[in-house]
Amino acid sequence: MNILKYTIYRTMTMLLTLLVVSVMIFAIINLPPGDYLSNQIAELRATGQAEGVAKAEFLRQEYALDRPLWEQYLIWVGFAPGPNGFSGLLQGDFGWSFEFDQPVSDIVGDALWLTVLVNLAAILFVYMVALPLGVVAAARSKSWVDYSAAFVGYLGLATPNFLLALMLFYYGHKYLGLPIGGLMDPQFEGEPMSWPKVKSILIHLIVPTFVIGTSGAAAMMQRLRANLLDELGKPYVETARAKGLSPARMLTKYPLRMAFNPFVADIGNLLPAMVSGSVLVSVVLGLQTIGPALLAALKSQDQFLAGFVLMFVAFLTLVGTMISDLLLMLLDPRIRYGGRDQ
Amino acid sequence: MSPLLTVEDLTIGFRNSPAPVVNGVSFSVDQGETLALVGESGSGKTLSCRALLRILPRSATISSGEMILNGRAGGIDLATLSERRMRGVRGNFVSMIFQEPMRSLSPLHRIGNQVVEVLHLHQTISKSAARQLVLDTFDRVGFPDPERAYDAYPFEMSGGMRQRAMIAMAIVSKPDILIADEPTTALDVTTQAQVLGLIKEVQREIGMAVILVTHDLGVVANMAEKVVVMHRGRVMESGTAQAVLTGPAHPYTQKLFAAAPAIPAETQPAPPMPETDLILDIKSVTKTYTTRAGVPWKADVHVQACRNVDLKLPRGKTLAIVGESGSGKTTCARIALGAERPDDGGEVIFSPDPAQKPIIVNRMPKAERFAFQRKAQMVFQDPYSSLSPRMRVIDALCEPLEIHGIGNRSERRDRTVEMLRTVGLNPDMLNRYPHAFSGGQRQRLSIARALTLDPALIVCDEPTSALDVSVQEQILNLLEDIQEKSNLSYLFISHDLAVVARIADEVAVMRSGLIVEQAPPETLFHNPQHPYTKALLAAQPLPDIARPINLKLVAQGAGAPDSWPDRFRFDDMSVPTLAEVEPGHKVRCNV
Repeated sequence: MNILKYTIYRTMTMLLTLLVVSVMIFAIINLPPGDYLSNQIAELRATGQAEGVAKAEFLRQEYALDRPLWEQYLIWVGFAPGPNGFSGLLQGDFGWSFEFDQPVSDIVGDALWLTVLVNLAAILFVYMVALPLGVVAAARSKSWVDYSAAFVGYLGLATPNFLLALMLFYYGHKYLGLPIGGLMDPQFEGEPMSWPKVKSILIHLIVPTFVIGTSGAAAMMQRLRANLLDELGKPYVETARAKGLSPARMLTKYPLRMAFNPFVADIGNLLPAMVSGSVLVSVVLGLQTIGPALLAALKSQDQFLAGFVLMFVAFLTLVGTMISDLLLMLLDPRIRYGGRDQ
Repeated sequence: MSPLLTVEDLTIGFRNSPAPVVNGVSFSVDQGETLALVGESGSGKTLSCRALLRILPRSATISSGEMILNGRAGGIDLATLSERRMRGVRGNFVSMIFQEPMRSLSPLHRIGNQVVEVLHLHQTISKSAARQLVLDTFDRVGFPDPERAYDAYPFEMSGGMRQRAMIAMAIVSKPDILIADEPTTALDVTTQAQVLGLIKEVQREIGMAVILVTHDLGVVANMAEKVVVMHRGRVMESGTAQAVLTGPAHPYTQKLFAAAPAIPAETQPAPPMPETDLILDIKSVTKTYTTRAGVPWKADVHVQACRNVDLKLPRGKTLAIVGESGSGKTTCARIALGAERPDDGGEVIFSPDPAQKPIIVNRMPKAERFAFQRKAQMVFQDPYSSLSPRMRVIDALCEPLEIHGIGNRSERRDRTVEMLRTVGLNPDMLNRYPHAFSGGQRQRLSIARALTLDPALIVCDEPTSALDVSVQEQILNLLEDIQEKSNLSYLFISHDLAVVARIADEVAVMRSGLIVEQAPPETLFHNPQHPYTKALLAAQPLPDIARPINLKLVAQGAGAPDSWPDRFRFDDMSVPTLAEVEPGHKVRCNV
């Protein structure tokens, strides 16, 4: 199958899916009665603060919240002109966050790359720990290596992340002088990038990476071990042994390649998890990632912020599945030539 | 001169189990000679040959014995060689091909890559020279386009082609010994004949010795010079093939021979099967499967699994459908049972009781289907996966009765006990789980389960192909006994003409979804007309040294339909009719 053709086809279907998703997200966010501003107005009226009401009324008009829902949707996406002409997601205007009283892009911009950074570090940690351990555990199955890897793994799986975070903060600070909470020293916040700032961020990353990564690494290690053990029992492994291959070459060339497929297929889940996966941990650790912002936005019906974050997660999910499908095609000839005439 | 390989007193045991699984086995092979290790499952033949390469399962160990390899290796004992030096033996002096060509090659690597690896492992050879050598070998094993095969992936090839690739991999470094572990068991019979022929030719050319592990005495008769018969880890009998095959001395060997089904050498045409009182009448049934392309720029693929099939099964008789994989025989069986609906125009009529109105199987309402299922049952191919491992025997056998609401608890239990007796099992076993039974016993359970509802028709889908020969014999006997006792009718699906020869009253040979020839077995064996039937018959390995496989006949009929003589050819568009050439003998040809 022509990979380019397939990519184009997938991109088209992805855009269609995004459209459907946007409708659903908008509908769900607007399910509860009222909106952020009408709630605020009601509250202001109740407490008799009339001057605030005017501002809220103005914002309601400015962001078209007084119009019917379907019109609001079209304006939000950018299909229809709002009070200020076309300015929706398509035009790159993500709207205003009422909760933080800032444009959504300002809030998200900073948090977004920190989120990606934290989770990327965690994913790298997962792969670096899980791959070698899983392979060794499978190759030496039912030996002390296997058992101790499994023990550590289950410990990682069973310990709640936030508990692990608190423990690591305490002991990390006590014995290693690691900082507690945050992603950089306070004096660097809002500062332009500099060498000391990078260093500060890296040091702050250690505990979060470990916390977010352990359970993932444990799960992945167990899965890799199980996959690899399955593959090791297959006849083609015997063929490879009968050729005279050394155990290490045999293992890496044949069964490991096969055991990889599930992990490539997993990339589709990894990308969105980078944003939404570590919400709880971020809240506990006080990381300035997008997770806490999303949580706050959902709680207070801050609809533009919530809508944007959810759209972004949906987009990552779709891109992730597409990437993993394309990678699978490259890795596995059976998928690549699935449609080729025999 | 000492033999190429001498195995002396080889004993293999499993950790945790005191009794050895291979016990004091000795044999020897000379250069250029073929030795057959014959035995049923559990005889230790496979472990013995794996021990030669020391690729035993992790829990198995060689506890005593020696395996002296002479030849190029120059007198080394494979039993005590270091693991490192052993790697230099594998694939180099001794190589091996396996039973399942479908799974013995890595699906993710190109064929050429997997074969050329052997050369780079054992020789210092330039990349281009190695590639050339592999291409030559591909040509040698019969790939029409070696360059293309080099870059192909295993899944793009048929089973026979994959086994050729395995053979290429095994012989590319010109080993002294080739171990072939049931190399053709998973292949169709015509492919088997060709692959066996290829192994023989290559052996003659390279002068290597072949150790052939097999359960099939027919294969032995066609291939081997020496035979070692194994049973429960011990050698029962050994000697030249001539001596063992013509006058087996050991009772176990004699038993094996008695059980091996064979196509009778001399037959007289039989009278045609009566066409009155039909229990099952399949009328012009066609089944088209559609594979969705999944992407918009490709058309869906339509495959006709069977085309215009007409079959009549008289009450109390056995109708066999014979064909190789992909012939459409299983689709026919599924349609006969209503598990699959034929394309419009086809009809399946089932009349379990001549006094009552027949059932139109292809359009049964729900209630009628329920009644139909009581009267038509199935016995499956694989007794290991067709019984739930989590259900006791009594539950598995009572379930059909419960579903159909027959009897109360104790009556059902009595019925199960009776069924177990019928199939020759002890009623004490009612509370056991299937894992406690052997393959043959499980197939008996399957049959008992099919019988509990007292059906009129049983569809047997390759009921013996997963079983050892001696067990196969017992199951066939059982099926015949039951038929006689209760006037059952069988629709019998098989790939094995010798099995069919025993049990069937009429045989329909299928190829590419079409019935190409149909007759009572005696008539068919006496006077086969269709080139494909002839190829099937010629390819059948018989345990008789005097009747070897006729590769020429196989080659004439086993290929694609457009390689057949003019009057037999068919394609998607034009198909000759099934013409009656003599009473009860139909052949698809232009008369």
